[in-house]
Amino acid sequence: MMTTLSMVLLILGCAFVTWAPRVIPFILVRNIELPNVVLRWLQFIPVCILSALVFQSLLNTEGKFVTLNWESTIAFMPTLLVAIWTKSLSKTVVVGVLTVAVLRNFF
Amino acid sequence: MATDVKVDEHVTKDSFIQGMKDCIPTLLGYISIGFAFGVVGITSNLSILEIFLLSALVYAGSAQFIFTGLYMAGAPMSVIIITTFIVNLRHFLMSLTVAPYLTRYSALRNVGFGSLLTDETFGVAVTKMGREQHLGGRWMDGLNLTAYLTWIAACVVGGLVGNWIPNADAWGLDYALVAMFIALLVLNLADAGKKKLMHYLKLIGCVFGILYILSYFMPGHLAVLFATVIVATIGVVTE
Repeated sequence: MMTTLSMVLLILGCAFVTWAPRVIPFILVRNIELPNVVLRWLQFIPVCILSALVFQSLLNTEGKFVTLNWESTIAFMPTLLVAIWTKSLSKTVVVGVLTVAVLRNFF
Repeated sequence: MATDVKVDEHVTKDSFIQGMKDCIPTLLGYISIGFAFGVVGITSNLSILEIFLLSALVYAGSAQFIFTGLYMAGAPMSVIIITTFIVNLRHFLMSLTVAPYLTRYSALRNVGFGSLLTDETFGVAVTKMGREQHLGGRWMDGLNLTAYLTWIAACVVGGLVGNWIPNADAWGLDYALVAMFIALLVLNLADAGKKKLMHYLKLIGCVFGILYILSYFMPGHLAVLFATVIVATIGVVTE
């Protein structure tokens, strides 16, 4: 059995709710001119959203208190240093993955 | 329109091949995470066809993992769809950031740009926007299609070999995504001037504080969204 109708419908549902937020802004800005203040606001989105995604990976929200996830936090440091030092996406990814692999296998 | 940006000599030629080339540094991330997803999917009893459909139609790493987790846990359809929506809502902000640079293209092409927007292609595109204040459509297509096809291939290959490597978790492949976010953040900061950099660093401090507090009240993906919206507003006010 490769799949079921209900699974295909579920995937299509998820595809639609993922697709709509991606596409709507592209249609929106073609038809409405965004005010200057919104454009200025949008300039801050890249740095804010990328740092929020990084910090989210450092947090452990399972317990009663939100704490730092030690594995991600330890891996964060060499990964950040390599990113600053090399400005290279691929090298940063290699170092990050290797660090986590070492942490998971030897500690 | 807002796209009325000056094109100066620093703008590289709008070429599909250049878009593919600029995608290459992120491919390692797509391959690692896609492969990891394929392995997780097949070991969670998804079929290869389902892995293919998820990667081709949903095309969003973290959402695909969460989908699989919820599906295995027997969550109702509505919960899975709503969760997927929330997890991917950040793309709305990302699209909104990139879209003003591409309004000169047809509606259909814009639908194409938007459909294939991911965290990583967003990161690469905004880095280019920061440097050149300009984006080309052919370049976007080259970037997007390279990422898309690599992602699908990596997911399917992971699914095909997944049953033979039960402990993929130990490889740390899931961290590729975080590592990529870190690198994209650094690349974006590296292009800012000194004064702007200080402002950004303060804002990043705000992001951490606000994200931490919000994490007590809402799921992580919503916290990311709200923290971004709040701190970008602080950014405009304190500019």
